[in-house]
Amino acid sequence: MSGKDLKKYWKENVTYLLILLGVWFLVSYGAGILFVKQLDSIRIGGFKLGFWFAQQGSIYTFLVLIVVYVRLMNKLDKKYDVNE
Amino acid sequence: MSVQIWTLLIVGLSFALYIGIAIWSRASSTKEFYVAGGGVNPLMNGMATAADWMSAASFISMAGLISFMGYDGSVYLMGWTGGYVLLALLLAPYLRKFGKFTVPDFIGERYYSQTARIVAVVCALFVSFTYVAGQMRGVGIVFSRFLEVDISLGVIIGMCIVFFYAVLGGMKGITYTQVAQYVVLIFAYMVPAIFISFLMTGNPIPQLGLGGTTTDGGYLLDKLDGLNQELGFAAYTSGTKSMIDVFAITAALMLGTAGLPHVIVRFFTVPKVKDARSSAGWALLFIAILYTTAPAVAAFVRTNLIETVSNQPYSQMPEWFSKWEEAKLIAFDDKNKDGLIQYVKDPAVNELTVDKDIMVLANPEISKLPNWVIGLVAAGGLAAALSTAAGLLLVISSAISHDLLKNAINPNISEKGELRAARIAAAAAVVMAGYLGVNPPGFVAEVVAFAFGLAAASFFPAIILGIFDKRTNMPGAMAGMITGIVFTAAYIIYFKFINKAANTPDHWFMGISPEGIGTLGMVINAVVTLVVSRMTPAPPLKVQEMIESIRVPRGAGKAHAH
Repeated sequence: MSGKDLKKYWKENVTYLLILLGVWFLVSYGAGILFVKQLDSIRIGGFKLGFWFAQQGSIYTFLVLIVVYVRLMNKLDKKYDVNE
Repeated sequence: MSVQIWTLLIVGLSFALYIGIAIWSRASSTKEFYVAGGGVNPLMNGMATAADWMSAASFISMAGLISFMGYDGSVYLMGWTGGYVLLALLLAPYLRKFGKFTVPDFIGERYYSQTARIVAVVCALFVSFTYVAGQMRGVGIVFSRFLEVDISLGVIIGMCIVFFYAVLGGMKGITYTQVAQYVVLIFAYMVPAIFISFLMTGNPIPQLGLGGTTTDGGYLLDKLDGLNQELGFAAYTSGTKSMIDVFAITAALMLGTAGLPHVIVRFFTVPKVKDARSSAGWALLFIAILYTTAPAVAAFVRTNLIETVSNQPYSQMPEWFSKWEEAKLIAFDDKNKDGLIQYVKDPAVNELTVDKDIMVLANPEISKLPNWVIGLVAAGGLAAALSTAAGLLLVISSAISHDLLKNAINPNISEKGELRAARIAAAAAVVMAGYLGVNPPGFVAEVVAFAFGLAAASFFPAIILGIFDKRTNMPGAMAGMITGIVFTAAYIIYFKFINKAANTPDHWFMGISPEGIGTLGMVINAVVTLVVSRMTPAPPLKVQEMIESIRVPRGAGKAHAH
């Protein structure tokens, strides 16, 4: 692979990471910590929403993030022909 | 059958299983010893990683901690799983492509410096030893309470088992026993959780039961908030820590766990970069099962505990109460001599102290579950402790035989000689870990809590910038690591050892506790690294090429020595 392609591949990779880590930050530090009070005024069943994010929702989201990451990267590797 | 016979039977069977697997999967080369030959299936590796990651603390202590801390306990849940996301996205694939055996290998080569390698070895050894001592203590507690043997004897039995499969099987033996241990520990965690969830909320899924209603009609969490407040504690769902402190502690735990050497090394055992990514996904799935159940268990046990003991006569406490008193994990002091148990926040009136470690272990008894469930929990606690201990022992042995002996002292050592050295180092490490388990130095518990912050403030930027910033060079990384760790250690030592009296939120810098200060140390480290790197010459061309190559998956090959 040429140097130019490599740069493009890396740039797309970093963009994916920034987006995924943005979501990672939002559900844990955002919903679970910074805005927990505001979200706690919303209730879903027996859960206050902020509390739910801190103890349940963030973990589910983390799992989804890794699954999405694996898919995106496998596709990206194929696109740039760097897959194994 | 009695609890003790059930426990003996289940623990005995699980131990026989681990030994059987160890014999079946003996290592015959250094590659098998360090990275299981590099041919482990991603799903299996995911299970093994999950068992490796979830220590005695996750299994035994975490739900108990959350139980007492309520919302504040979220720092552990988000910290230890969120760190895993960082590991999967920012580290695992690239370190897999790098393709050496250990983290010090990466640091040594990326920063083209033998000193950097040795510093990394020392840090890896320090983190691993403090951690392993904690695991051995967990083994001791389980043995002493459930099989009523002496704690020391319990530790020795645990040591013999680990000795057998870690020394014989190396990473290969450890990997396959960890798969078995994961199955044992998750089964042992879920069975009582499902029971208690069904008993208390009528919903067998603990994650849903937590948001469900109790038999008296109200929501469980509302009821618990009320019970807590009646006794003077903060409402369960709101906690007492300040927002900035919760933020800092969560971040320190996340950044610190992402740098734990025994977990990183697991990604060297799969054949391809693609497999490293997918096994990270599997591992988090297996971890999440326990981590989303723990907060539910925490709330159930807390409600149950308060209802069982609060203002009840001491003479009518159930059998488990006195058993845990004997194990010195529950203490009752009838201050006002009324024969009733006053369990309240105010220390002048409170008569009951409960160790956080027993909340999970005593849960089946508090909830009056069948005897075999209690035996199962004992086996699960042992599986969690042993699997993590084995992973750490392997890091210790490879740090000594590979990073020190082979790469720093005697590069001409033969494959056979290195394998023998690795086994001897593993054996010595088991003995030392056992010693620390029997005679835990007072500072261990304190240090473990801070190991994450120290790891975050020292290693994390060096590894991340090593991959994502080509311009980061040796002087930059060294300066960053030193400022980061000195700042963090000084802050912790000041508040924890020199001036204990000042350890209150008013005196903390920006309201950040010593537990969370590693986050700030990490930021300082990263800034120093970036600035110093740009003021000094770029890293050698060879290193820049190496960085280019780890960013691309193709051509990973199996992990190799040189």
